[in-house]
Amino acid sequence: MTITEKILAAHAGKKEVAPGELINAKVDFLLANDITAPIAISEFKKIGAKDVFDRERIALIPDHFAPQKDIKAAEQCKLLKDFSKEYQLSHYFEIGRMGIEHALLPEQGLVLPGDLIIGADSHTCTYGALGAFSTGVGSTDVAAAMATGECWFKVPESMKFIYFGKLNKWVTGKDLILYTIGDIGVDGALYRAMEFEGETIRALPMHARLTMCNMAIEAGGKSGIIVPDEITEAYVKERAKRPYKFYTSDKDATYVEIKEYDCSKIPPTVSCPHLPSNTKPAAELQDVRIDQVVIGSCTNGRLEDLREAAAVIKGRKVHPDVRMIVIPATQRIYLGAVKEGLVEIFIDAGAVVSTPTCGPCLGGHMGILAKGERALATTNRNFVGRMGHPESEVYLSNPAVAAASAVMGRIAVPDELGL
Amino acid sequence: MIFKGKVWKFGDDIDTDAIIPARYLNTSDPKELASHVMEDADKDFPGKVKPGDIIVAGKNFGCGSSREHAPIAIKAAGVQAVVAKSFARIFYRNAFNIGLPIFESPDSDIDEGDELEIDANAGVIKNITKSKEYKAKPIPAFMQELISAGGLIEWTKKKIKG
Repeated sequence: MTITEKILAAHAGKKEVAPGELINAKVDFLLANDITAPIAISEFKKIGAKDVFDRERIALIPDHFAPQKDIKAAEQCKLLKDFSKEYQLSHYFEIGRMGIEHALLPEQGLVLPGDLIIGADSHTCTYGALGAFSTGVGSTDVAAAMATGECWFKVPESMKFIYFGKLNKWVTGKDLILYTIGDIGVDGALYRAMEFEGETIRALPMHARLTMCNMAIEAGGKSGIIVPDEITEAYVKERAKRPYKFYTSDKDATYVEIKEYDCSKIPPTVSCPHLPSNTKPAAELQDVRIDQVVIGSCTNGRLEDLREAAAVIKGRKVHPDVRMIVIPATQRIYLGAVKEGLVEIFIDAGAVVSTPTCGPCLGGHMGILAKGERALATTNRNFVGRMGHPESEVYLSNPAVAAASAVMGRIAVPDELGL
Repeated sequence: MIFKGKVWKFGDDIDTDAIIPARYLNTSDPKELASHVMEDADKDFPGKVKPGDIIVAGKNFGCGSSREHAPIAIKAAGVQAVVAKSFARIFYRNAFNIGLPIFESPDSDIDEGDELEIDANAGVIKNITKSKEYKAKPIPAFMQELISAGGLIEWTKKKIKG
């Protein structure tokens, strides 16, 4: 069996499961945010359950339109707070303690290897980087799971992606996943578990693994997953607040498709409007002028991402025509960026540094595009209207490319700055 | 169940931001969501869609976000059913969970304005305008159980009482 099948079998109380099989499985952890939790809460109340299944295993995180951007958003966030109080949930994160959900939960050691996790947010697939089965579901799914601690799943076929070779300069986990989505398309892994492996992945730091698994959904994947190893152990051992388990894939596990990538051929990569699969080498897009740069999100808002951007922009200035918005993904990352002097580097360069929020990634607030404006962002989607006006445009890249582009006022690779 | 209605046609990879842009997600009121349904794919759509109409699309309909607001907006706009060559998986789950009938039909040549008659039990989509028939992919037994229970919440209620 694959790691995915093993985790699902263990949580369904079965010795084996096979792709296509419908199972009911126990959930270790579940989450919802200020957009999806309000529906989950009202549906939960309709069920008539006396209590939630486990108040330690539910996280409600106001992060999308938070800090509360308007009265309606404030009403939605309040529903999360009130429900958390009513059911004495252990993991409600108030503004000031919160972060973007998919950066926050791994950081806090609340999601762990071997877990089965569901979240009413499509980027819940992020936690596969820890060796967990983790997938996005709807609000009603979360409502039912809050009551029962269980959720139904169709066991996905697994698709293997093998990466080998040395990474080129400026190439990160973001480039690997953008390149992969460019290769297979936005439905190239539809309904499937994407298992990333190979010598390049084994050498890849945790933040880059989180970035890769985060974007499995952009290829239609049900989950992204990486078999845990010593890098995983080093990341979770200090954070875990409960036991965890490492699963591996058997040598004779079945994969519906296997893709191999020679990383020496993967350049810094950019997704062009209006699909993440519309990829091109960043170096071929030097004519694309930009109005805004966003560095942040559940994809690339971790401390290492901010370091990569700061290393490029240090001692330089943001182009006069560009607004650059840096959003540390959690309060702990924000504080780390302050202590390391990264915030000073960004402010000296002429960038704004915001409190943690999903904000502009989904066109919510904190950096919305006007008609005809164009952004380069380290976020995960570039659909029509994603960051604002339906006639605006979003390009996606890694943090170093985004920072270099902020300086040049157009899409640029850091080499152009003599780096 | 039989669904009969007029077709609005969309292309491949219609994402959830096109179905209901995130700028309207500071509410979960179905009527308000319906007033912006499919707005970023066709800005006139909320004004011209009529109760009973059917949406037909290409592959990967509903890709992107997990927002249940997407099938809710479509349902609240009065759209009876969605037929697509394929559906993104979270949208697929959400549609069954909230009771929006959806049908996967990979080989259809349906055009905008065509009149369809969908026989949900037989899994047959009749194109009255073109005098053609297409097969819909069979719905898994468990999903049928969800539908007959009246959605996931009703199914869960029964299970808890069990």
